[in-house]
Amino acid sequence: MTAATEHPGCALVTGASRGIGAAIACALAVDGWPIGVNFKNDAGAAAATVERIQGAGGRAFAVRADVTDAEQVEQLFGSVEGEFGKVLVLVNNAGVRSDDLAVSLGDSEWDEVIDTNLTAAFRVTRRGLRTMIRERFGRVVNVASIVGPRANVGQSNYAAAKAGLIAMTKTVAIEVARRGVTVNAVAPGLIETDLTQDLDGKMLAAVPARRPGTPAEVAACVCFLASEDAGYVTGSTLFVDGGLSV
Amino acid sequence: MSTAVTEDQIEKVVVDSLESFGADPDDISRDATLEQLDIDSLDLAELSQIVQERFDVELKGSDVADVKTVDDAIKLIAASV
Repeated sequence: MTAATEHPGCALVTGASRGIGAAIACALAVDGWPIGVNFKNDAGAAAATVERIQGAGGRAFAVRADVTDAEQVEQLFGSVEGEFGKVLVLVNNAGVRSDDLAVSLGDSEWDEVIDTNLTAAFRVTRRGLRTMIRERFGRVVNVASIVGPRANVGQSNYAAAKAGLIAMTKTVAIEVARRGVTVNAVAPGLIETDLTQDLDGKMLAAVPARRPGTPAEVAACVCFLASEDAGYVTGSTLFVDGGLSV
Repeated sequence: MSTAVTEDQIEKVVVDSLESFGADPDDISRDATLEQLDIDSLDLAELSQIVQERFDVELKGSDVADVKTVDDAIKLIAASV
C-alpha cells in the first residue's frame, strides 16, 4: 500500500466521525482514496477525522447526513461526487445500538436499530451500486459484527440487523460480480470503541486473543477488501475478532 | 420531451448500451432476443438507468421484466417518453 496511489474516484464511509468508521476513513485515505466522511450528529468529531486525514497528506471532507433518510442519502452522494468524483468504494459503517432483553425491547428500539444498521445500509448500497456497475468497478464493504452470527444477550435487534447485513452482502455480491464490483463484510468482535465500552467484561474472557481489537485492525481488513488485490473476493465475511467466533 | 425523441435515437441508445454490456454487434438486430445476446437482468437494470438519464423517463420494473427482444425494449422506451 502506498499513499501515492491515484484513484479515479473516491471512498465514502458512513458513520465516520468516530471509532471504527473514523479509523476506516483514515486508513483508506492512506491508501490514496479521497474520503467522504459522513456523520449524523458529531460535527466536531467528523472535523477531527478530516483534520487527521489532511494532516497526513490525504484528502477528505465531512458531510452531514442521516442515512435512514432517503433524501439525505441522495444529497450525501451528490455532495461527495461534487467534491471528489464517483464513489467507487463504499463502506457502510453507520450503526447504533439500543439494547434490551427481547421481552422488554420496545418497537421503537427495534425499528431504530434495523433502520440504521440494515435498511440504511441497503439504501446507501443501492445508490452506490448504480454508479459502480456503470464504472465496471466498485467495492462495497459492510461493517457487520460477530453479533448476529453469534448470539449476545440483549441484542436481538442488533443481531437481526447485522445477520441481515451479512445475508444482504452475499446476495448483492453475486448480483453485481460480473461488473467488477465486490461486496463483502467485516465482522468485528470486541473492539475498543465508545459503542462497546460497556460490553467487554465477560466477553473479553471468551476472546482467544485475550485482548480487544483496535479500530485500526478492523480498518486494515476493510482496506484489503477495498483494494485491487481483493478483486476476486466477494460475498465473504471477514471476521476480525481475535478468534471469538471460531 | 416526448416530441423531441425519435425511435432512431432510442434505437441508438439501446444498441450502444447492449454493445457496452458485451453483446456482439453482429448479433444485434430488432428481432434478436436478449437471451441470444446474453443480456441479463442486471444489464436491463443498467439500461433503465441509461434511459432515465438520456430521456428522463423511469421504466417500471414489471414492464422491463416483460422485455424479450431488442424491439420490445425500443418500443417500451418509445411508449414511455
